[in-house]
Amino acid sequence: MAEKVRVSTMMPPGHVRTPAYLRGKTGEIERTLGPFSNPEQLAYGLEAEKLPVHRVRFTMAEVWGAEAENPADTIDAEIYAHWLKPAET
Amino acid sequence: MPHDHHDHDHDVPHSHEGMSPSGHPYRQDQDTPLTYWQNMEIAIRELLIEKGITSELEIMHTIDQMDSRSPADGAKVVARAWTDPEFHTRLMADASEASREMGFDIGALKLIAVENTKDVHNVVVCTLCSCYPRNLLGFPPDWYKQRAYRSRVVKTPRAVLLEFGLELPDDITIRVHDSTADMRYIVIPARPEGTEGLSESDLAALVSRDSMIGVARAMSPE
Repeated sequence: MAEKVRVSTMMPPGHVRTPAYLRGKTGEIERTLGPFSNPEQLAYGLEAEKLPVHRVRFTMAEVWGAEAENPADTIDAEIYAHWLKPAET
Repeated sequence: MPHDHHDHDHDVPHSHEGMSPSGHPYRQDQDTPLTYWQNMEIAIRELLIEKGITSELEIMHTIDQMDSRSPADGAKVVARAWTDPEFHTRLMADASEASREMGFDIGALKLIAVENTKDVHNVVVCTLCSCYPRNLLGFPPDWYKQRAYRSRVVKTPRAVLLEFGLELPDDITIRVHDSTADMRYIVIPARPEGTEGLSESDLAALVSRDSMIGVARAMSPE
């Protein structure tokens, strides 16, 4: 059973690699990669924390709601661990 | 949308007035002052050279190396995956290592291969910028970097693929891969029918750049 996670809705400034259209959305972890250096620190020459990066699979229905072209199609995106929380079921 | 530029859209009424003898628009000479970022690039490059961290020659060599990469390299990887089941397994587990194994110098590229099957079609985008597996496939097409493709393919992939001439039935799941962070993606298109007897190099000739981005199928043999 794939782990369900929800993307944080935070909107920090800076070099953020979490697309805004996926914030607040729930998906399933497809695979876990890394650890990779946190780009939010790395981009500014700061000492960057090493974090797991999860490939999260979202359904079009979850991301676009009733506007989805085909609800079962999916979007996979790489999300740094500090952006994800276990989703309440 | 599938065209990299529109100079040749001859179905649209247009005039060749002010064009070169070959019918292309003249480009302006760049007689304008350098922009802030152009100055910044030159300043950083000169500093790196002065400090001995890199050299002009090394920069030229790196540019040459980037220019030498092309979709033909990726096509060879795809053709090998179609013909060698053990290579296919290694490619799906770690596409960077499998590409290096074939002799491609892909540097630090971290690559994931996603495979089209009878049930699944994959397509790649970078909504945040223009991430692309350049170290294997060379430079991305212009449309890949444009806002129209980047914003639309995550929301209406079927409509966008249709504009590329690719119509997919509803029972095929589309998986859009947004290259948001460290990994880059190559689509392994489905092997076309009627290619059983073909050699690996003949198969590679059927694999276009666009089929490895996921906006086309591999071509069928003549």
